[in-house]
Amino acid sequence: MPEAVVDLEIQLLLEALYQRYHYDFRHYARASIKRRLVQARDQLGYATISAMQDRVLHDASMLPRLLDYLTVQVSEMFRDPTYFRALREKVLPHLKTYPSLKVWIAGSSTGEEVYSLAILFKEEGLYDRTLFYATDINPEALAAAEAGVYALDRIRKFTENHQKSGGRSSLSDYYTAAYGRAVFDKSLRERVVFSDHSLVTDAVFAEMHLISCRNVMIYFDRPLQDRAIGLFRDSLARKGFLGLGSKESLRFSAHAGGFSDFVPGEKIYQRREP
Amino acid sequence: MSGASPQSPAQAIVIGASAGAVQALLAILPALPASFPLPVLVVVHVPPDRDNVMVPLLQTKCRLIVKEAEDKEPVVGGTIYFAPSDYHLLVEADGSLSLSTDEPVNYSRPSIDVLFESAADAFGEGLVGAILTGANHDGAAGLKALAEAGGVAIVEDPAAAHSQAMPLSALEACPTAAVMTLDAIASYLSSLGTAR
Ligand SMILES: C[S@@+](CC[C@H](N)C(=O)[O-])C[C@H]1O[C@@H](n2cnc3c(N)ncnc32)[C@H](O)[C@@H]1O
Repeated sequence: MPEAVVDLEIQLLLEALYQRYHYDFRHYARASIKRRLVQARDQLGYATISAMQDRVLHDASMLPRLLDYLTVQVSEMFRDPTYFRALREKVLPHLKTYPSLKVWIAGSSTGEEVYSLAILFKEEGLYDRTLFYATDINPEALAAAEAGVYALDRIRKFTENHQKSGGRSSLSDYYTAAYGRAVFDKSLRERVVFSDHSLVTDAVFAEMHLISCRNVMIYFDRPLQDRAIGLFRDSLARKGFLGLGSKESLRFSAHAGGFSDFVPGEKIYQRREP
Repeated sequence: MSGASPQSPAQAIVIGASAGAVQALLAILPALPASFPLPVLVVVHVPPDRDNVMVPLLQTKCRLIVKEAEDKEPVVGGTIYFAPSDYHLLVEADGSLSLSTDEPVNYSRPSIDVLFESAADAFGEGLVGAILTGANHDGAAGLKALAEAGGVAIVEDPAAAHSQAMPLSALEACPTAAVMTLDAIASYLSSLGTAR
């Protein structure tokens, strides 16, 4: 089948998803979306992407299956330990001066980043005064995040990362192992609100002191990245902090002037006042 | 089609290498002339926790700009881009680059297949791709896609390669690819973009 036809089918499917279900992937970086939709077509056994579109338009139960391809659920606890170390050493000392705090983990996926931050805040004595918002567009990922259960064979890497991030406690203090799974402690999510929120179609919902949005915007095209960054700027309190993934930056953004480089190598920015 | 003679002027080069990559790339990239007009996109398998040592090394040896690819940057001729470790590198239809943390492909992130397939989509007949030494099978599907899109497919001569598994599986998937030694690849690529 000519590539041009596949590209057209993808365009139409994304339009259909938007109009029918209000999921807007139209301005996601197309090359990766294409790879994953072609994979969905082949693995779910459809002859064409148009056939997949026909199905999802008429059968809402197909939507979650497609969302699993359209969103990428790859995460890790304390992913890029130096980022968490920089939060611990450079950002949290500033946050300690506030009596109450709000932290937003945008694109929280299956929760690894949420538990990492919760543990970090506990270790630094800030957990009890903090309210965490964990948001994502994938309902299954949100449910997994709220459950906080991970395969035991991933714990070794998580533990290693936690140590490298300057962890003051032992990760094993925070989970119980049973039947090949690590179940993370309820106390870590006592102060976490999990909710559906899209950086593409939704608005500001609270004033934040720290926003961590990692490895989400690389899936967006430039204009969409700008929208998300504008949303973050509008959501941040005076001198609030924004942390991005290690290969994401504000360098090319229209909002670059709205932030200063707080920890340069770690993609941690601070809202700059006009 | 494949065979080392492009139907239309080349627009970009993609290269994939794994075990033995350093020596192989040192035989090719420093040979490219300062006036080389095309962008070169490279995926090398390196352990995820290791910073890309390839970039600083090749910066000292090459006449072209060598850098780690950044998300959404436009590709520019005369520049050699390396996929950062632990991220896939993709080419968008408008010729800009994207990074992604999608699952590993062929146990690899970055994956050669991911780069080659997206580049084949973006550049079509204007793409020249080479699979070099390596001990796995990444790149085979990508080279096939490249050839099917009308690009020029090249495989390092397995008999001379440090590790032959990757060139062999690329040849199996794409039998029409031109088989060349590293020196031949270097001089062929150097000739691209100069008046023919
Ligand atoms: C690769 S994961 C990143 C997980 C985690 N932040 C990390 O860095 O380990 C990307 C997440 O972004 C979510 N996502 C994609 N589009 C989104 C949007 N428009 N708004 C909010 N989240 C989105 C996906 O569902 C997925 O869970």
